Amino acid sequence: MTEPNSKALRRRQPIPPKDGLGFALLALILAVALWLATGWVMWLVKQTMTTNGFQAFWADALLVLFTLLPAGLLWPAVRGLGQARLARQALQSENLIAARVHSAEAHTWAWFTLGYAGALILFLLFVLFFIANNVAVGRTFFQLELIRDSFGLILQAFWVNVVIFLFAGFFSLIWGLVVAIAKLLPGKPAQPIRFIATFYTDAFLSLPSIIVIYLIGFGLPLTGIGFFRNLPLEALAVLALTLTYGAYMAEVYRAGLESIHPSQWAAARSLGLSYGQTLRFVVVPQAVRRIIPPLLNNLIGMQKDTALVNVVGVIDAFNQARIIASNDFNLSAVTTVAILFILITIPQTRLVDRLVERDRARFRQGS
Amino acid sequence: MSFLEIRNVHKRFGANEVLRGINLTVEEHQVVCLIGPSGCGKSTLLRCINGLEEIQAGEIRLHGDRITGPGVDLNALRRDVGIVFQSFNLFPHMTVLQNITLAPTQVLRMPEAEAQAKALALLKRIGLEHKAQAYPDQLSGGQQQRVAIVRALAMEPMLLLLDEITSALDPELVSEVLNLLRELAREGMTMILATHEMGFAREVASKVCFMYGGVVHEEGPPEQIFSNPQHERTQQFLSSIIEAGRL
Repeated sequence: MTEPNSKALRRRQPIPPKDGLGFALLALILAVALWLATGWVMWLVKQTMTTNGFQAFWADALLVLFTLLPAGLLWPAVRGLGQARLARQALQSENLIAARVHSAEAHTWAWFTLGYAGALILFLLFVLFFIANNVAVGRTFFQLELIRDSFGLILQAFWVNVVIFLFAGFFSLIWGLVVAIAKLLPGKPAQPIRFIATFYTDAFLSLPSIIVIYLIGFGLPLTGIGFFRNLPLEALAVLALTLTYGAYMAEVYRAGLESIHPSQWAAARSLGLSYGQTLRFVVVPQAVRRIIPPLLNNLIGMQKDTALVNVVGVIDAFNQARIIASNDFNLSAVTTVAILFILITIPQTRLVDRLVERDRARFRQGS
Repeated sequence: MSFLEIRNVHKRFGANEVLRGINLTVEEHQVVCLIGPSGCGKSTLLRCINGLEEIQAGEIRLHGDRITGPGVDLNALRRDVGIVFQSFNLFPHMTVLQNITLAPTQVLRMPEAEAQAKALALLKRIGLEHKAQAYPDQLSGGQQQRVAIVRALAMEPMLLLLDEITSALDPELVSEVLNLLRELAREGMTMILATHEMGFAREVASKVCFMYGGVVHEEGPPEQIFSNPQHERTQQFLSSIIEAGRL
């Protein structure tokens, strides 16, 4: 029994925790430094306001409040330090259990300080950027009067984006399903159809949507074919987006259709249902349920791409904002467009998250 | 002319020949049990009978009408020949009632109300009418399998194929499914079962076929197959079944 690693001889030596004193001190120093930095930044803001002749009690009050807020960072930092000291004492009296508890607490509080400190640093950097060069950034992007005065025009033009999105979304959802089904048609006679469908998706997946919009928006009216010449530009934009996003949708639909187990096909066909009936009643309903989140993601992508229609001269929100921007040498109206897009997209993104979560929960249930 | 005649049927999956010349006849109101080791072609044979798999040689006739080969209306054939699968294969997005009424309303063009009344009557018979609005995943395995049988019965098939329908069930749920089959057999439903339930086969079958290596190795009445098998391979199979305590 000379082997040092034999189980009988091996005794586990208890491992003492680190007291975390150094880490907690670091957090405290950082907290104090950030407090000072905040005071400095707020003083800069106050100076900028004075040079611009802006004076208001509420603004001063806000500045003071912001200066006081980082004091809150001291609270977790000091608590962490206290716990670290307790941990050190416990270590000295060889009370390992207590030492571990205090050490863990000390680390948690120190991390707490660091997390909030990081966010605060980002905030301060943003404020510095905003007021740099005598509030140049603020003036360029956020000129409140211009935003207020142009808001009506922009909102009206944004309606064009919404309408294009609604039509193109509706059509691409249908068109994508048609293409996906064509791609999956069985048998030799359907080979040409499958080939065309595959070529179409390959082509439009690789084409940038802005080029499709350009070609269709300018090209089709140029052909002089009466039908296309009389179509409003918006309709051509819808057509271009439908063709582009139909290809994306088709790929998602195809993944969904292929994910339905062959036994569902066998069950439906064995009851005498035809190929089409099986698709309609059994396969498509199940497939669509599974792919709602990726379909919605595609729709969100398309919604953003409605801003590209300005290349053919549709007066959408972005185009309108560019006109205002070049008149006033200021981008604040474009900021409005950006905010509008953010406002309508965030709820949809959250919806997709919830649907994905719901699907995952159902999958965990094992149904 | 027999009710169902299977003559020299060959089925290949690529290079793998699963059925190597099956010969089998089934008379009306018979219950035929296919037994044999896994991979001997029981399921494949059933899937060939209702056209889910294409055969490469031989032929199958139902009431003298050839139901294999080109030009056969498979949708029409499947109205007459129902199949129930090992894994139930209910439609998970439909209620029990919708599962049962889908084919009668869409394939037979039966009015919705009539199909529902019929489906409810069938559900009542298996004691599941209170589950009509439930979804398949809210049912136990035995209940799901009984619903799957009822779904096939709703088409009023003249022949019912059952593909190891108790193999995926917990042991205590097997009996409820077998009881339903007993009842169907008593009423004269023509059935072909691929099964590992030897006790059940012995009790209900009019004919037992031992399949091995893609052919029907031995067939006969259940007493003969189970008590006095002629072929060595059949004897081996049965003795291993007895060893496992399954007979």
